[in-house]
Amino acid sequence: MTSPFVDAFAEYGPGAQAVLPGSGQAWLDQARRAQLDAFVHDGLPGPRNEAWKYTALRALAQRAFQSGDGGALTREVDPEILQLRGVDGPRLVFVHGVFRPDLSHLDKLADGLSLQPLSQALVNDAEPLRFLLTRGWDRPADAFARLNAALAGDGMVLRVAEGMRIDAPVHLVHVGTPTENDLAWHARNLVELGEAASLHLVEHHVGTAAHRNLSTQMGDIVLRANAELEWTVLQEAGEGAVLMRREGLRLEAGAKARLHALELGGGTVRHELEAELRGNGARLDTRGVFVPCARQHLETRLDIRHMAKNTSSDALWRGVADQRGRGVFHGAITVAEGADGADAALSNKNLLLSPHAEIDTQPVLEIYADEVMASHGATVGQLDETALFYLRSRGLSVKQARTLLTAAFCRAALTDMDGSSLREDLEARIQARLPGDETAA
Amino acid sequence: MTMLTIENLHARVEGKAILKGLSLTVNPGEVHAIMGPNGAGKSTLGNVLAGREGFEVTEGSVTFMGQDLLAMEPEARAAAGVFLAFQYPVEIPGVNNTYFLRAAYNAQRKARGEAELDSMEFLKRVREKLKVMQLSPDLLNRAVNEGFSGGEKKRNEIFQMALLEPKLAILDETDSGLDIDALKQVAEGVNAQRDPSRAFLLITHYQRLLDYIEPDFVHVLADGRIVESGDKNLAHKLEEHGYAWVKDLGEPAGAA
Repeated sequence: MTSPFVDAFAEYGPGAQAVLPGSGQAWLDQARRAQLDAFVHDGLPGPRNEAWKYTALRALAQRAFQSGDGGALTREVDPEILQLRGVDGPRLVFVHGVFRPDLSHLDKLADGLSLQPLSQALVNDAEPLRFLLTRGWDRPADAFARLNAALAGDGMVLRVAEGMRIDAPVHLVHVGTPTENDLAWHARNLVELGEAASLHLVEHHVGTAAHRNLSTQMGDIVLRANAELEWTVLQEAGEGAVLMRREGLRLEAGAKARLHALELGGGTVRHELEAELRGNGARLDTRGVFVPCARQHLETRLDIRHMAKNTSSDALWRGVADQRGRGVFHGAITVAEGADGADAALSNKNLLLSPHAEIDTQPVLEIYADEVMASHGATVGQLDETALFYLRSRGLSVKQARTLLTAAFCRAALTDMDGSSLREDLEARIQARLPGDETAA
Repeated sequence: MTMLTIENLHARVEGKAILKGLSLTVNPGEVHAIMGPNGAGKSTLGNVLAGREGFEVTEGSVTFMGQDLLAMEPEARAAAGVFLAFQYPVEIPGVNNTYFLRAAYNAQRKARGEAELDSMEFLKRVREKLKVMQLSPDLLNRAVNEGFSGGEKKRNEIFQMALLEPKLAILDETDSGLDIDALKQVAEGVNAQRDPSRAFLLITHYQRLLDYIEPDFVHVLADGRIVESGDKNLAHKLEEHGYAWVKDLGEPAGAA
């Protein structure tokens, strides 16, 4: 499938691959080449591809991107934008997918925590990563995963040793900034928590200003038996940015993961979470808020698979769309054969604040096991007129009342979050995105 | 100066005429009870005065402190001193009660050009008023009306009134659904706020509330008009004879 988008990668991709960290190792070169070939062969998924039904790629297909940023090491980044309240542990910062030692803090890592950029791991000892990095993507719908596998040379490699509980949150930041030409960059993150280990990972996607760059980010997170992951994602990519993220999350027996995700920034953003509850008693909680305004297109796709006995998952997502914003939520839960005693719940409530805004929500439940508790619900509505009047009758302006109600609606996704200072920081960031923010009482 | 003048008020809800020429005058310091059978238009009156959408005024006028009340937004009416205690107080999950009260209090002060209170000053004030209403301070940390019992909701309305200190308080069936203890507490809260500069409109179906809050005037509302006005004895008469007696009255007393 030829298009300016595909043609540019076909032409410049091999040159970019030649200078990627880790190139020269036969197995890696081969895997990268195979993924680029597969991408060029199939191109971008078309409108008839079910997985891309709500995110049209026609306009993107007409654009050509430069591969990688030679100037990533020297681009100016205000350190202030990297700050999050309550997050003061080790920090890895990437600009356009390239590790920036000057902005990162990797000294004095806690015992049991191993943390390094992928670019270093590939040069020092790539072999342990071989399995994940040679994983093939076989569907045309995987276009961005293929691009990522072909062209990502950096990212985060994080390991927590068996039994180690890491208190200070690890802060991963991906920064995008405006560039002369439209740029495509890629990052690959690998996380493994050993048996009974625990960690809080805070992932922050931030743009310094509006730009039209494309970024793909793929992650693999493995939780060994009884490991616990607290995972916070704050997506504040630059206005106009195209961001395609996918994470594979694997939970072994008794492992627990809890995600709080805020999708606030970017132009066209898609986040896919593919979670496999593979061990008995594994538990996954996902909470999230997406707030598309202006002409933003924000899509979240959950694919949660219960594959073992007595596994549980709970998903609570809220969407608020204003102006011409478009939100898409796809929440799929599969309870596989033999995963008896599974408990799965999914709720997605949405608010439309403008007649031009749109939210499409699609819960999907497939059950092939016995003694399963499963529930799902999705709604799209407007603010409650009675509540609005109640607030106004006490003196709040229409704007204040609307913002107060909308913020409260979103906060439902954060109420079970530990650590009040980070939660308050996140709440304030949601509030700042909401229309008519003047509630400073 | 007259506080509130309602003249020949006609209002429709969903195309149906509910108020059909209601007139009423309220002076500062007075307590007026509006009584009437179901469907007479009692709650419509409260909602029209507070400015709720969906209540369409087709004729007549309402003047509050010299201003055209009907031309004002609900929040402007609140800032001017109109308070409606809701018949069904609204639960607002996720909105902290204290945050809401302070936002409301300061929004009103700001609208009047007064300085806003900081959180310490505000909390001090809140605690004083809470004591009067015998409400538990932990209500402050909960979401607005969420999980409140029926009685707590109504007492919370009176607590908000005490805090916001309106000039005209309209109590829309605040007595409905209350047991005798809660009713007494509500009445005490109202009596504590009776003041020569403040007026009350008590909208009620039953005479019971008036055993505890003594009104200066009692009006009977039937079919969208005030058909009879009198002193507190009128309420007793209604209690004895029931609203069927109202139907026997001749031309509406309050019609313009």
